Amino acid sequence: MAAPTGALWRRLLRSAAVRRLCGTAAAEEPERAVVNVVFVDSAGRRVEARGRVGDNVLQLARECGVPIEGACEASLACSTCHVYVSAPHLEHLPPPCEREEDLLDTAPQLRVESRLCCQLTLLPPLEGAVFTLPRVTRNFYVDGHVPKGH
Amino acid sequence: MGPGGACWRGGGAGLRRWLSSRAPAPRICVVGSGPAGFYTAQHILKFLATGFLCSTPSCPAFLPEHHDLAQVDIYEKLPVPFGLVRFGVAPDHPEVKNVINTFTHTARSDRCAYYGNVTVGRDVTVGELQQAYHAVVLSYGAEDNRVLGIPGENLSGVYSARAFVGWYNGLPENRDLKPDLSCETALILGHGNVALDIARILLSPLDFLRKTDITDCSLAALACSKVKRVWLAGRRGPLQVAFTIKELREMINLPGTQPVLNPADFTGLENAVKDAPRPRKRLTELMIKTALEKHREKAVMAQAAVPRQWGLKFQRSPQEVLPTADGMRVRGVRMALTRLEGSGDSAKAVPTGDMEELECGLVLSSIGYRSLPLDPAVPFDTQHSIIPNNLGRVMGVPGLYCSGWVKRGPVGVIITTMNDSFDTAQSVLEDLQEGVLDVSVSKEGFGAVGSILRSRGIRPVSFSEWEKIDAAEVARGKAAGKPREKIVDPQEMLQLIGH
Repeated sequence: MAAPTGALWRRLLRSAAVRRLCGTAAAEEPERAVVNVVFVDSAGRRVEARGRVGDNVLQLARECGVPIEGACEASLACSTCHVYVSAPHLEHLPPPCEREEDLLDTAPQLRVESRLCCQLTLLPPLEGAVFTLPRVTRNFYVDGHVPKGH
Repeated sequence: MGPGGACWRGGGAGLRRWLSSRAPAPRICVVGSGPAGFYTAQHILKFLATGFLCSTPSCPAFLPEHHDLAQVDIYEKLPVPFGLVRFGVAPDHPEVKNVINTFTHTARSDRCAYYGNVTVGRDVTVGELQQAYHAVVLSYGAEDNRVLGIPGENLSGVYSARAFVGWYNGLPENRDLKPDLSCETALILGHGNVALDIARILLSPLDFLRKTDITDCSLAALACSKVKRVWLAGRRGPLQVAFTIKELREMINLPGTQPVLNPADFTGLENAVKDAPRPRKRLTELMIKTALEKHREKAVMAQAAVPRQWGLKFQRSPQEVLPTADGMRVRGVRMALTRLEGSGDSAKAVPTGDMEELECGLVLSSIGYRSLPLDPAVPFDTQHSIIPNNLGRVMGVPGLYCSGWVKRGPVGVIITTMNDSFDTAQSVLEDLQEGVLDVSVSKEGFGAVGSILRSRGIRPVSFSEWEKIDAAEVARGKAAGKPREKIVDPQEMLQLIGH
């Protein structure tokens, strides 16, 4: 499934009444299986989310009040939705496209398990997956270092 | 433990005290309406509005949901907001500008107000802002650029990248740049994303640009442009390039253009980046691949007419801009060939003594933006051109903070600025919590500043007035199939809203 475009993204946000599953029992759409995942924000708070197969992970996070930014609105033009995917679930995700890989290169604290969650869609094997926001250390440079010119 | 920690301890009592005692709401001022200003405002408002500090009602730090909390006022010197998102991001990168929707949402909050057309440091001083607000955050970015400091720099045909980008993006101060695009070869000094942006705008097929928000005036100039070859020259080597892979790939794939990379520049580098961090490795590998591929293709294509070319030149340090016979314009640049001392990011370029002349009719100096001091009351580090600070707290001036490029230097993309702004907001919130900022004293905020501005004949532009300007730009662009036609004259903007 292609990543939502900006226009689609805005429509999805506005139609929040549809498929709002966070914390509620799934009543609608029995044909789409529930997938339970966990978000861990940059302060270490855990938020349990019940999504459905096909849900966009960033949108689910936002619906559940997890503070993930999506500056470019899922159009693969920033890296503000950077998350770490729990190791056992990482391999069940389709590999990133080249553009996502290029953007991940600009994300601070890049790790092997890094993904841009606006590009991720819930699938059954993601049951129990944990998406962790990077803990950005304060003032990136530990000793107050200021980058010098050359 | 700062905001966002599992729980506020100790200081939670202080926060709860001023909240429950009906203490005045904190009034916070942000100077600058670019990404830094808006992200700082957003983070402050979000923390104080959602009880995010601790969601357990029994915890002393628990904040009831509907509490009359902070007011954040954002000041901007132009009538229109958004800073580099509007004036720096390239016209053919509209998705990057989607972040404007996030900022618009913040501005429309009833706890946030926008005041455009107010130049802090001139129309109102930082001292006056500090009297009116509990905290003042300086997020005014980098409005100037580093200079080459070489002879001939002021010849006709030499421009700063900042001015050129401002020109095609409709920044009012650069609207009369009228760059001369009548030469065949342009030389861009610098190996950053801004340099790549300019190369791409100079060489893009016109059809690509026609439907963007590039100004009409620039589009017309580019339509008559004779530039067909763009060199990007840097003092150091391929391992020190500052541009990023997405932008490089875009340039490599630009239709109607041929990349010219010399394989000799990349000898041994494949090995050198084997264990480098992923971003540097992938970027270097792409350059190597392009150099080898295109070199082979070139041999095969031989006489095939390639309309436009661009290339990277390394280890070349500009020494003098050479004038035409009449002494009026640039005809070339004399470059010193360099060698590298040290490696990685800290490698230094040292002249070897050898020189080279590169013929060109257009020179764009893309060696960095630079912040300027705003107000005598604000300390400024002239060596690094930033405001000295610790975690966003301006050194020696309680109640004064900074975020964005003016805090860390003019480097970074949206995520960098976002994280940095959240960082500064965290310092403000901590200081509110710990009582470092005394919110028991009521502050008038815009109540006071508004009177000052009125007495000086300054009439701020509100956010809804910006939305009228916005609507006019969108309407004007519609006929041409553009997302907007930017208004480049501030007077015209003000007239439009009846000021």
